[in-house]
Amino acid sequence: MATPRLKALAATAASVPITLFGLVLVTFLIGRVMPIDPVLAIVGDRAPADVVAQVRLELGLDEPLYVQFWIYLGKLAHGDLGRSVMTSHTVVDDIIRFFPATMELATAAIIIAALLGIPIGVLAAVKQGSRIDHVIRVITLAGHSLPIFVLALISLLVFYATLEIAPGPGRQNILFDDMVPTVTGLLTVDSLIAGEWEVFWDALAHLAQPAGVLAYFSMAYLARMTRAFMLDTLKGEFIITARAKGLSPARVIWKHAFGNIAVRLITILALAYAGLLEGAVITETVFSWPGLGQYLTISLLNADMNAVLGATLVVGVTYLAFNLLADLLYRLLDPRVR
Amino acid sequence: MSGPALLGRRAFTFAATATPFFSFAGAAEAATPKDTVVVGKAIDDIISLDPAEAFEFSGGEVVGNCYERLVVPNPANPSQIIGELAQKWEVSEDGLTFTFTMKPGVTFASGAPVTAEDAAFSLQRTIKLNKAPAFILNQFGANKDNVETVIRATGPNTLVFTIKEKVAPTFVLYCLSANCGSVVEKAVVMKNAKDGDFGNGWMKTGSAGSGPFTVRSWKASESVILDANPNSALKTKPKRVFYKHIVDPSAQQLQLQQGDIDIARDLLPDQLKAAQANANYKMSSAPHSYIMYLCMNQKDPNLAKPQVRQAIKWAIDYDGIQKNIVPTTYDVQQSFVPKGMMGAIADRPFKKDVAKAKALLAEAGLPNGFEMTIDHYNGQPHGDIVQAIQANLAEIGIKASLMAGEQRQVITRYRARQHQAAVLSWGIDYFDPNTNSETFCVNIDNADDARNKTLAWRNSWQDKDLSDRSIAAVKESDAKVREKMYADLQRDHHMRSPFALLFQATGWAVMRKNVAGFALAPLGLRTRYDQTAKA
Repeated sequence: MATPRLKALAATAASVPITLFGLVLVTFLIGRVMPIDPVLAIVGDRAPADVVAQVRLELGLDEPLYVQFWIYLGKLAHGDLGRSVMTSHTVVDDIIRFFPATMELATAAIIIAALLGIPIGVLAAVKQGSRIDHVIRVITLAGHSLPIFVLALISLLVFYATLEIAPGPGRQNILFDDMVPTVTGLLTVDSLIAGEWEVFWDALAHLAQPAGVLAYFSMAYLARMTRAFMLDTLKGEFIITARAKGLSPARVIWKHAFGNIAVRLITILALAYAGLLEGAVITETVFSWPGLGQYLTISLLNADMNAVLGATLVVGVTYLAFNLLADLLYRLLDPRVR
Repeated sequence: MSGPALLGRRAFTFAATATPFFSFAGAAEAATPKDTVVVGKAIDDIISLDPAEAFEFSGGEVVGNCYERLVVPNPANPSQIIGELAQKWEVSEDGLTFTFTMKPGVTFASGAPVTAEDAAFSLQRTIKLNKAPAFILNQFGANKDNVETVIRATGPNTLVFTIKEKVAPTFVLYCLSANCGSVVEKAVVMKNAKDGDFGNGWMKTGSAGSGPFTVRSWKASESVILDANPNSALKTKPKRVFYKHIVDPSAQQLQLQQGDIDIARDLLPDQLKAAQANANYKMSSAPHSYIMYLCMNQKDPNLAKPQVRQAIKWAIDYDGIQKNIVPTTYDVQQSFVPKGMMGAIADRPFKKDVAKAKALLAEAGLPNGFEMTIDHYNGQPHGDIVQAIQANLAEIGIKASLMAGEQRQVITRYRARQHQAAVLSWGIDYFDPNTNSETFCVNIDNADDARNKTLAWRNSWQDKDLSDRSIAAVKESDAKVREKMYADLQRDHHMRSPFALLFQATGWAVMRKNVAGFALAPLGLRTRYDQTAKA
């Protein structure tokens, strides 16, 4: 019994490096063929010809494309993603700084989204056609269709500017800047490790709004999917049988029906989380959140190709990892694919 | 998960702000510490804080707050040059040797005295590193091989700078007043040098100057923190300046309103208008050095006709565009020397005259117009302005297709001379009219692989007379004569060049009413925070 599962897992795992290679190759090629001179990003428009030529040589742009790619791969194998033009730091250092900010935001968002989205999705399905169902559908439709920048700005206007119950954009109050040593890069966790409760509450307060905005978007998606899965499952004969057996409604819904959709929900949850980890450019921009999405966008606009390649690789690895995880969980939890 | 990222910033802002929200202002007390000035600004243009490398707007501003130079333009009257670290200077009779005597008693942030050796090292370092701004100094003949000879300290307080050929002394002095002429502390820099980089790696995020502030930290796309230099003679008022990276103007506006920032630097015209009408805010504005222009590539046979170039200049509704699209942030400017700089003229030879423009087109043998493309940046206000120009040109029969692109993409095409026409911006490199005169007039080698890719070259335009006169103007020692040469040059440039100069930008800062002592400096000169205080 175990052999086919192992084979399937091995095949999935084997596809990871191939996918990553393809990702690096495509990103590299796009970076090299796009109509922007990468030397411009470094020396600017005013640099004299000798400076331009010197930098072109340093970047290896005089080499054929395949040689450039081979050099890049060689460095990549040694964990060297190069140096970012825009930040002057190595891309690895940048990712170590920007990715935890995105991870903190994405994790908070997905937790809120799951805790709210799944129960209301179940409730909407159970109460199908009722007023509750309609209200939930309107709320989730709004969350799914409203542009995220509108939500972000409304949130700032209501909670920050009008009610004054939330802090403004940024990860923390400037008074606390550099107050806790960086261990994980997650400010909430680092402040706890340092025992700085004031910093922790401040970081948490700053996290609440952007996480809430992102969560609303994801919650809407999760709730709609949960509702659809539940409606489909609640029509099943085994549910009628469970009810006929006299089981309590709660047991029928949560154990029999929900238990059946849990596996599919895990896949959706994992992919939604992976999507958030790509970095939410607009949310990060409005909330001045120094995350991966903003880093990637700025790098792209400035033709900072080392940074673009590095950040794309991180996004790709994250996506693949979560895909793999979802796949694994699916195989573990769903008896039909065992 | 990035939402509708393609929606423009302007639409985003317009949809969601905010003009009325200024009416709420004042409800929240200032949240920032009294001795800290918090500035909201998009600072993602910074790529280095090393004065030998920093060439971008935000990086230049930080450098200006952390370093001093031998000489600087007088902030009250920029056409006058005053000593900063130099007490006095002399120019030899042949005009080739500049001898500077250092001011006594000036110290770096470390407490060490600023010496002529530090100044010589700083200028030599700029040349040897050969980063983007190095051309400002090496245009006087210094290179990595001779720099220790032509720039040297001949005593603890004496620095000698020898130039290759005689030019206007003010030209040399203005170039030395650029960011790349900042004086760094040799001992500190060399202590942090690695692999022959003259400390460049360390200086990218640090500082070793004698200015009113020192760099505490720079976190890209997050913040720059400057601490007061306790050894500065300027008696710096704030203990700290905190640049908070805020890209979105609406977010800047909200944080200004709530007191989370003291000064907002990137508000949009609608927001500026609302702030002007609100007593809770104070404004500071200054002309910027950026000039927006429309250029016509002379490789295009239609655009190479003088009458066509003039027709386009007469077709544009300069005043209408300024009034309707950029009422607060740009002024009409039809000459290449920006106002506020020596040599600037107030002439406005062109205004919208459809009949005249049509007659010129007919004279050129194109009575029914023609088709062309206009490359431009995809950001605002370029997008709106180019659309207005497109409509103006349509009135005289020229059908223009717009080619929007990301800034570096447009410049890549421009440098390759692949455009027909383009609407772009240009800012000065140093505070001397030659910076713009050279680029808008001089084109000695029009070959595709020419070394000097001036704006005249990028448009394949050669006018030997204007080119020679621009080169002659930079050599003229008499300031009055030189000023007149630039004035005459610009008037002829109006009539002969393939450039329609359009607008000059105005910089704006909005601050809370409790902020005092802050003012934007004109034309990219140093905007400093040392006298900024909060009540």
